[in-house]
Amino acid sequence: MRQIAIYGKGGIGKSTTTQNTVAALADAGHHAMIVGCDPKADSTRLILNQKAQTTVMDMAREAGSVEDLELEDVLLTGFKDIKCAESGGPEPGVGCAGRGVITAINFLEEEGAYTSDLDFVFYDVLGDVVCGGFAMPIREGKAQEIYIVTSGEMMAMYAANNIARGILKYAHSGGVRLGGLICNSRKTDREYDLISALADKLGTQMIHFVPRDNEVQRAELRRQTVLQYNPEHNQAAEYRELARKIAENTNLVIPTPITTDELEELLMEFGIMEAEPADEAVA
Amino acid sequence: MAEIHDHNELFGQPEYQEQFEGKKEFENVHPDERIAEVAKWTRSDEYRELNFAREAVSINPCKACQPLGAIYAALGFAKTMPFVQGSQGCTAYFRSYLTRHFKEPVAAVSSSMTEDAAVFGGISNMTEGLENAHTVYRPEMIAVSTTCMAEVIGDDLRAYIKQSKSNGAIPEELPVPFAHTPSFTGSHLNGYDLMLKGILEELAGEKGEPDGSINIVAGFDTYSGDYREIKRMMRAMGVNARVLADVSDVVDAPNFGSYDLYPEGGTTQEEAAAAINAEATFMLQRFPTVKTAAFIKSDWEQEVVLANPIGVRGTDEFLAEVTRVTGSPVPYELEMERGRAVDAMVDSHPYVFGKRFALVGDPDVLLGVISFLLEMGGRPVHVVCTNGDKKFKRAAEELLATSEAGSDATVWIKKDMWHLRSLMCTEPVDLLIGPSSAKFLWRDTRTPLVRVGFPIHDRHHLYKETIVGYDGAVNLLKLIVNTVLEEMDRAAIDTTSFDLVR
Repeated sequence: MRQIAIYGKGGIGKSTTTQNTVAALADAGHHAMIVGCDPKADSTRLILNQKAQTTVMDMAREAGSVEDLELEDVLLTGFKDIKCAESGGPEPGVGCAGRGVITAINFLEEEGAYTSDLDFVFYDVLGDVVCGGFAMPIREGKAQEIYIVTSGEMMAMYAANNIARGILKYAHSGGVRLGGLICNSRKTDREYDLISALADKLGTQMIHFVPRDNEVQRAELRRQTVLQYNPEHNQAAEYRELARKIAENTNLVIPTPITTDELEELLMEFGIMEAEPADEAVA
Repeated sequence: MAEIHDHNELFGQPEYQEQFEGKKEFENVHPDERIAEVAKWTRSDEYRELNFAREAVSINPCKACQPLGAIYAALGFAKTMPFVQGSQGCTAYFRSYLTRHFKEPVAAVSSSMTEDAAVFGGISNMTEGLENAHTVYRPEMIAVSTTCMAEVIGDDLRAYIKQSKSNGAIPEELPVPFAHTPSFTGSHLNGYDLMLKGILEELAGEKGEPDGSINIVAGFDTYSGDYREIKRMMRAMGVNARVLADVSDVVDAPNFGSYDLYPEGGTTQEEAAAAINAEATFMLQRFPTVKTAAFIKSDWEQEVVLANPIGVRGTDEFLAEVTRVTGSPVPYELEMERGRAVDAMVDSHPYVFGKRFALVGDPDVLLGVISFLLEMGGRPVHVVCTNGDKKFKRAAEELLATSEAGSDATVWIKKDMWHLRSLMCTEPVDLLIGPSSAKFLWRDTRTPLVRVGFPIHDRHHLYKETIVGYDGAVNLLKLIVNTVLEEMDRAAIDTTSFDLVR
C-alpha cells in the first residue's frame, strides 16, 4: 500500500487534482482510498457525485463521541470503487481542526479502513502544514510520499517552498519524502519553465504539467471528475498521465527549500518580477 | 498553648460557625427549607428521569484518564521511569492519585510543556526531558505517554524519540517505548493497554520455539496481593509463568530505611524479551488489554487466553486453562484452598443470599464481582460502569443471565455515580460495592459501602489483599459479609436483637 499526501496553497486545486488523479488510478485497475483532511470537506464530492460527504467529526458531534461511530457511517464507496472518508472539523474560527484530523485518521486505522487490498491511499490536506495535526498524514507509518500542487503564481510557489520546509523537518525524523511538484496551470507567463526551475531548486521534479481546461469546471459542476464526465477528453488523458507518472515514480527526495530572496531571484530571472529600484524603496 | 482541634471538631468551633453564618449574606444562600426541599427532590423519580437525560456534564465518573493507566503499566517493568510528554500538573495528579491508593511514592517525570511548547511543538521539551531523565535518574527504560496538550497540538512521539536518539540526547540502545494517550477519550484502561503494547513491542526478542512457559497480564489490577497470589498459584502448579507488567513489588515495596527510586521488582527486560516464546498469554482482564492481545496474536502468533479469576468459578476456569496450555494439573494444595473457600461461602451464605447490591467500577472487576455474587446468591441490581462499552454490557448481561440471582439487574454503561445516586434513591439496595469515590453515595443514601476496585483512597492497605483465586474469593466474602454483620449490629444496637454470635 502506498500512502500519498497532497499539499499546496489553498485554492490551488488540490482536491480537484487529487480526485481526478485517483479516478485515473482506479480506472487503471488500482484500489484506492481518499482521506480528506480539511474541515471544508470537499475532497471526495467528485468521486461520490454528491454535495458533501458526512464527515467523521460531523458524525462524532452527533453521536457524542468518535467511539460511538461505525466505519460504514463514514467510509463511502464512489466512482470505480474508490473508498472515501472526510475528517471534517470545526466551523471556521473555533476549536482545533488539527486535532480533528488526528482523531479521524486514528478512527479509520482502528476500525480497519486500511485494508490490505488497497494499492493507494491519498490524503488531501489543507493548504499548509500549519500545525502538528496537519502533519498527521505524514507521520511514520502513514504517507511517506508527498506531492505539492502549485502554479506559476508567486504565492503558490511561496507556499510550495514553505511546505518543502515542513517536509524537510519531518524527513529527518521519519521516512517522508517529496515525490514532486504538480503544476496545475494558471496560464501565467513561462509557467512550465518556472515550475521546472523551482522543482530543480527544491531538489525534486515537476512530475506533471496539468494544462488549464474548462472541461474540469464543467465536470465539477456535475460533481464529477473529468475521468467520469468525459473520459475521452484530452484533459482526462492528462490526469491519466499524471496518475501513471505517480504510480511509476521512484524519484523520492528530501527537499532543499530555498530562502524567500532566492525565490524572488528566480522570479526575476524569468522576468516575472522586476528588481526594486533603489529610490522607490526609500519612498 | 492553644488547644489543637481535630479536623472533625475544628469547624464546629464558634469562630468558624460565626464565619459560616456571616458568609451566607454574600453567598446568596437559599433558605435552609428550600435547600432541604431541593435535596429531597433530587431523590425523586422525576429527578432520576431528568438526571438520565443529562448530556453535557459528568458528575463523579468512575474513571481516571489514559496517561494514569500508561504510567501504571510502565511501573510494572524493572527500573523504568514513566515520562509524560505534557504539562506538569497532570503528572503530579497521576503520581498523587496512585500514591494515595498504594501509600507509596510513585516516580514519574514530565516534560513540563508550557505556552511556548503549545505554540512551537513539544520536540525540545521531549529532547531535553529525555536527556535530563536519563542523566539524573539513570533508568533502564523510559516509557513515554502524553497528556491532552501534546495530543491536541499533534506531537509525534515516534519521530521525536527517534530524533532525540539521533541527536545524542539519549543513547540509541536505551529502550524508549511510547503510547499516545489523549485523556479526552477512553479511560485509564486504554492508556494501560497502549503503553503495555508499546513496551512489549519495544522489548520483544527473536521469535523461536515455544519454551513451555506462559505469560500472565493482570491488567489494570490495583491489588499488589493479586500479583503475589497469581505467582503463588503458578508456583504451586509448577508452571513457569512470567507476569508482564508486574507492579506488585514496585507499588508495594518494603521499607528498609532508605528511599529507592526503583524498588527491586517489576518485569525485567529479559523476561519481557522472552515473552514472545511463551505457549500463550493469559489476559486476566479483557478490557485493558484489547490492543495488546491483538498485537500478541498477530505479531507474536501466540495464543491469547482470556480468564477472570475472581470468584470460585472464575478461578476454576483460569486454572483449567492453565492446565490445558501447560499440561500441569491443579495440585492438591489448590484443591484444599478451593474446598476451604467453598466451606466459608457456605457458612456465610445466609447473610449474603438475597441481598440486593449496587456495583460500580472498572469492567473486569465488575464482571468478577458479579460472578462471585451470583455464586453466593447475592442479587446485583444496579451495575454502573463509566468506562464500559457495548461489549462489556453484553458480557455482563450474559453473565447475569446464567443465574436467577441476576434477574433483577440492569447494566448501565457510560454513566457516572450521580446517575447511580438516582438509581439508589429510587430503587434502594442493601449494599454498595465500589471504590472510595463511591463513599459519597454511602453518605447520601446510607447504603453500606464495600470497598473494592480503584481508587481506594480512604482505607489503608486493602490493596495488599487479593481478590483473585480461591483466597481472593474468601477475602471478597469477608469484606462483604462482615459489612453486612457490622450493619446488623449497628441496627440492633439498642434492641434485644443485639447479639454476640453472628
